[in-house]
Amino acid sequence: MGIEVNGKVLETDEEGYLANLNEWEPEVATAMAKDEDVELTDSHWEVINFLREYYEEYQIAPAVRVLTKAIGKKLGKEKGNSKYLYELFPYGPGKQACKYAGLPKPTGCV
Amino acid sequence: MADFEVPELEEIPVVPHIKEGAMSHSSPFISKEQFQEPLGFPGELVPNWEEKVYEKMDDLRKRYRSFQVYLDSCVKCGACTDKCHYYLGTSDPKNMPVARQDLLRKVYRRKFTFAGKYFPKLVGAVDMDKDILDEWYSYFHQCSQCRRCSVYCPYGIDTAEISMAAREIMDSVGVGQKYCNEIIGKVFKIGNNLGLPQPALVDTLEGLEEEVEEDTEVAVKFPLDVKGADILLVTPSADFFAEPHVDGLIGYAKVFHETGASWTMSSIASEAGNFGMFIGSYENMRKIARRVRTAALELGVKRIVFGECGHAWRVAYSFLNTLAGPWDFLDPRYPVPQHICEYTYDAIQAGQLTFDKSENDWRTMTFHDSCNVARASRMGPKPGGQFDIPRAVIKAVCNNYVDMPAETIKEGTFCCGGGGGLLTDDLMEIRVKGAKPRAEALKQVTENNGVTHMAAICAICKSQFTKVLPYYGFTMDQIVSVHQLVSDAIVLTKKDSDQAKSESDSDE
Repeated sequence: MGIEVNGKVLETDEEGYLANLNEWEPEVATAMAKDEDVELTDSHWEVINFLREYYEEYQIAPAVRVLTKAIGKKLGKEKGNSKYLYELFPYGPGKQACKYAGLPKPTGCV
Repeated sequence: MADFEVPELEEIPVVPHIKEGAMSHSSPFISKEQFQEPLGFPGELVPNWEEKVYEKMDDLRKRYRSFQVYLDSCVKCGACTDKCHYYLGTSDPKNMPVARQDLLRKVYRRKFTFAGKYFPKLVGAVDMDKDILDEWYSYFHQCSQCRRCSVYCPYGIDTAEISMAAREIMDSVGVGQKYCNEIIGKVFKIGNNLGLPQPALVDTLEGLEEEVEEDTEVAVKFPLDVKGADILLVTPSADFFAEPHVDGLIGYAKVFHETGASWTMSSIASEAGNFGMFIGSYENMRKIARRVRTAALELGVKRIVFGECGHAWRVAYSFLNTLAGPWDFLDPRYPVPQHICEYTYDAIQAGQLTFDKSENDWRTMTFHDSCNVARASRMGPKPGGQFDIPRAVIKAVCNNYVDMPAETIKEGTFCCGGGGGLLTDDLMEIRVKGAKPRAEALKQVTENNGVTHMAAICAICKSQFTKVLPYYGFTMDQIVSVHQLVSDAIVLTKKDSDQAKSESDSDE
């Protein structure tokens, strides 16, 4: 499987997650979102960029409370909760936003 | 919302008419070589695999007497047919436990019974082939190993053990399930199912300390890798990561704070769950369980307490001593291990905790017995403690509590539909359909008794219900952790954590 971005086909896994994190570029997120009929706003990008920064430092997606706290700080306290994040990413911030950000899918009992 | 038909909820109990092959298309992603090898399994279907299947089956029947007894003793009485939540939710007759087992039994008969060897057609015995292997892969991943059927079986045949054996045989010839096997690899490499490395755990726990202090103005600690602590808490990594799990973890920390306990979590044993059981692999289950021993020895703890995790509790309560014992270096005054509910219950009995129950008055609670806690373990010193202790904890912190219908709780509890290695998005259809009986019972108490929330003590149940309840018209936040309720009602009377003041003994 793969996704076409800027004329190149990037490898993805069975569920559409990018196989190689280093191949990510912003257009990957745009293309994935388009496939799912989501239009990426600045708020989406705040989440995506935070996920990428966090992953770079810790090699894992942030826990939900780490994410909501960071988003609350950036976008205002009323947005620092998972309800807001589910509005942005209806398939679940953990999974859908990670996919757009080029991160592997969180596994386990989640 | 779904690209399959979501069943209508009915009045329980309804036994559906059969629909042949209704779920024959369901099959999880196959594990790739990179996920097979760390577990000691071949990366792809091996040459001469039919022979290897028989060899493994022979090995298992010699290693586990129970396996052979279960395969030999079924008389097809039919008592189990309407007991499986996957049959009730899908109408597929191969999800009747007897029929699912027979996918394996018919091959076993051909090779290992007199009648099957000489008169195969008379006894429905067949040779192994690729179609049967594919059917195994499909239907043995439509069993959550919840063991409800075995409660009603007059011979006590345990379908879970047959499903585990089938998965073990498939793994041994190179056909593994991606979800389980990738996760077990992460436990070996990083220490937990999610793959949370130690620095991420530290960052997450510091964040929780800040959050709780902001909320309560009390410095509740979430200690990690503290040498010389009395209690090692082993909890599912979902407790660090997801909602509502994390609210349960906050509850445990508040209870430890109030009891003045010296406790720690461990980055080595940062996972309570043991997926080795799901795939029936004793070797992998043992390797996963040994991490708890390593952590306990390295940290020099005196007690081990497990967090809210269903299958973990089965492995912990029933197998931990043989897998990772002896535990002679721990304090002999306490059972090994203890459940966090047991710990909280004892603290309540000893008058160590103060609650403001009115904090939970906006909720009317019910309790979902998680399958492996209910049917494969106990809790505390008395029979039935696994049913009574969590309920007693909930009732100590909530004024409004109602049980679901009697045939759907305690030893007759319906699985959430996501246990046993099925909690993966590629199995969403079977997960949703398998949750139907539980959703029906919940609907009944919602409509008749005004129940607003359901509590559970299993990370899988919590994640599964968060995902599937919305298919049936509930909201995702209607499933909560038991210790989330404790957390909301507990009155923090100690301003500083005893742990922060000193690392010395604080025996209660």
